[in-house]
Amino acid sequence: MTWDAGRAQAIIDGLKHQDGATLPILHALQARFGHIPQEAVPLVAEALNLSRAEVHGVVSFYHDFKAKPPGRVTIRLCQAEACQSTGALDLGELVRDRFGIGFGGTTADGRVTLEPAYCLGLCACAPAGVIAGELHGRLDAEELTALIDEALG
Amino acid sequence: MTATLYVPADSGALAVGAERVAQALAATAAARGIEVQIVRNGSRGLYWLEPLVEVATPQGRLAYGPVKAGDVPGLFDAGFLDGGSHPLARGPTDAIPFLKSQTRLTFARVGITDPLSLADYRAQGGLRGLARALAMDPPAMVEEMVQSGLRGRGGAGFPTGIKWRTVAEAAGATKYIVCNADEGDSGTFSDRMIMEGDPFVLLEGMTIAGLATGAAQGFVYIRSEYPHAVRTMERAVALAREAGLLGANIEGSGHAFDITIRVGAGAYVCGEETALLESLEGKRGMVRAKPPLPAHHGLFGKPTVVNNVISLATVPIIFDRGAGFYRDFGLGRSRGTMPIQLAGNIRRGGLYETAFGITLGELVEDIGGGTASGRPVRAVQVGGPLGAYFPAGLFDTPFDYEAFTARDGLIGHGGIVVFDDRVDMLAQARFAMEFCAVESCGKCTPCRIGSTRGVEVLDRLRAGVAPDAQVALIEDLCQTLKFGSLCALGGFTPYPVLSALRHFPEDFHPAADAAAAA
Ligand SMILES: Cc1cc2nc3c(=O)[nH]c(=O)nc-3n(C[C@H](O)[C@H](O)[C@H](O)COP(=O)(O)O)c2cc1C
Ligand code: SF4
Ligand code: FES
Repeated sequence: MTWDAGRAQAIIDGLKHQDGATLPILHALQARFGHIPQEAVPLVAEALNLSRAEVHGVVSFYHDFKAKPPGRVTIRLCQAEACQSTGALDLGELVRDRFGIGFGGTTADGRVTLEPAYCLGLCACAPAGVIAGELHGRLDAEELTALIDEALG
Repeated sequence: MTATLYVPADSGALAVGAERVAQALAATAAARGIEVQIVRNGSRGLYWLEPLVEVATPQGRLAYGPVKAGDVPGLFDAGFLDGGSHPLARGPTDAIPFLKSQTRLTFARVGITDPLSLADYRAQGGLRGLARALAMDPPAMVEEMVQSGLRGRGGAGFPTGIKWRTVAEAAGATKYIVCNADEGDSGTFSDRMIMEGDPFVLLEGMTIAGLATGAAQGFVYIRSEYPHAVRTMERAVALAREAGLLGANIEGSGHAFDITIRVGAGAYVCGEETALLESLEGKRGMVRAKPPLPAHHGLFGKPTVVNNVISLATVPIIFDRGAGFYRDFGLGRSRGTMPIQLAGNIRRGGLYETAFGITLGELVEDIGGGTASGRPVRAVQVGGPLGAYFPAGLFDTPFDYEAFTARDGLIGHGGIVVFDDRVDMLAQARFAMEFCAVESCGKCTPCRIGSTRGVEVLDRLRAGVAPDAQVALIEDLCQTLKFGSLCALGGFTPYPVLSALRHFPEDFHPAADAAAAA
């Protein structure tokens, strides 16, 4: 979503009064804009009485906060041990090969983003993933391909 | 008469199609003019049978699973609402051996009740612990926890009562209860199941912790990978406030306690308690040096109890049934029950709560049924990414804190991940080093740099470059990590690495294989 300074300020003002407000604010900004826009950093810093460098430090520390907007469909595949034991690495390779991107990458046409997860708590239904926001367990190559096709429409 | 059906809304069930099954059940019933009430319960934890549909009958609840949406018309045709026979019929749920052989104390209600029904919660024994706690004075409450023998279920196994006593005795008017719901370990999902399947038990446990230690505010720090748990917990907090179970005057006692839900942002190290506190304060998740302990100098510098979800969710039953009741389960210094999670390549994966003392082999082979692939079990990793890999030769190890330590392992948060004979242990050791490098908070050099070195050394080993020298280097690096790390991320990464090397040495000489193949 395009940058909207007024909207961002309203989000920040609505959350800044709680103790330790940084993460709640960043989550809300990312939910609205799909990433943490560079322009938001000084607004957050100002509201929380922090330096821009401090806010930037927090944003960059956490894997969840993204500098760039994701593609239209995000494919998130668990690559942790329980999923490894049931073939998750092969599924990762399948998606990488299909779209020519690595984990953390987005296709040039902005259609697909591939993200790793390190456990989704679905380890008894491994391998697991989140495709276009929906949880999926007991994935195999065929089902994963079908789910991605469906999400891409 | 309206038939009552249960279809879990637990993430694990949703991930394998429970939502579509619930919709198909509602639609088919409507089309056939049958009145049904569909309760969205938590999961019973029998994940290989999810989506597990249960039907309430005069003889108790009957199970059908794993049900696909396409199976639904056939279930109605078979008369499943009256217990009709069908290939997916599993009989009375409580008689399924995996469930029947468990001792469910912490998980007593999970999968049975509607998670967000306070009426269900009360009817199934909820709030009795709180009622008893409210009749006690704080020192007696702390003593009850000490006597129960409960040790922290987050991994370190520190006695919960002792931690509470330290906070209770710490000076200061403001104190906090922080629930660690970061559950980052692969192979674990018990915290998630509690939050999604019986959220009030966690709120009750935190409230008792607040009463015992003099804290009036609690936080639950939930990892962002658990959106369903976050939503259920937020709704449970709102319902508890409305019902006067949280707020300025809990249960009319004159005591105040309230809870705020916070969401993590995808950093494994934020499960470490001091990094978690930094994160709650809005900072980078950097591990703090100890001392000072969080019990003295915790959240915003105030005395703070940090406890795992399972530790806190076990508090209500301890107060309800008494410390002695709980302590009578288990063995040695491992008292009570442990919600063990069977995961990965396993035939019957799920949540298995049982008294300490059951052996690893019983869990993997008898309860879990071996691998899902049908191939031989080669290795099991116990206790998450920082836990050791065990070969079948160590399956006689009893599930107990000390027994695992004695075999250079740990039980951690109780996750068991099964691998079949196709596993490459050199790759698993490399993954452990890589995970440490990626997730390191960056404070200690061995953890930050040493783990990356470890990856390089294992890559050279893979390539067959001076294998003996690489093995010596890895052992050396592990010593440095073990003794030069501030927290267990760096300090325990040697467990998976060295256990792989020690128990599966044949995987660390691929150069020889390559030579033989050539
Ligand atoms: C890297 C690392 C990650 C951890 N992750 C968790 C976690 O996800 N959940 C948890 O309860 N404890 C975790 N711990 C342990 C906590 O530091 C702490 O011991 C625990 O929350 C205390 O609660 P307990 O006594 O009830 O177990 C982790 C420790 C380390 C070093
Ligand atoms: S061992 Fe690693 S994660 Fe732990 S404090 Fe040191 S650098 Fe941070
Ligand atoms: S390891 Fe993949 S869901 Fe837990």
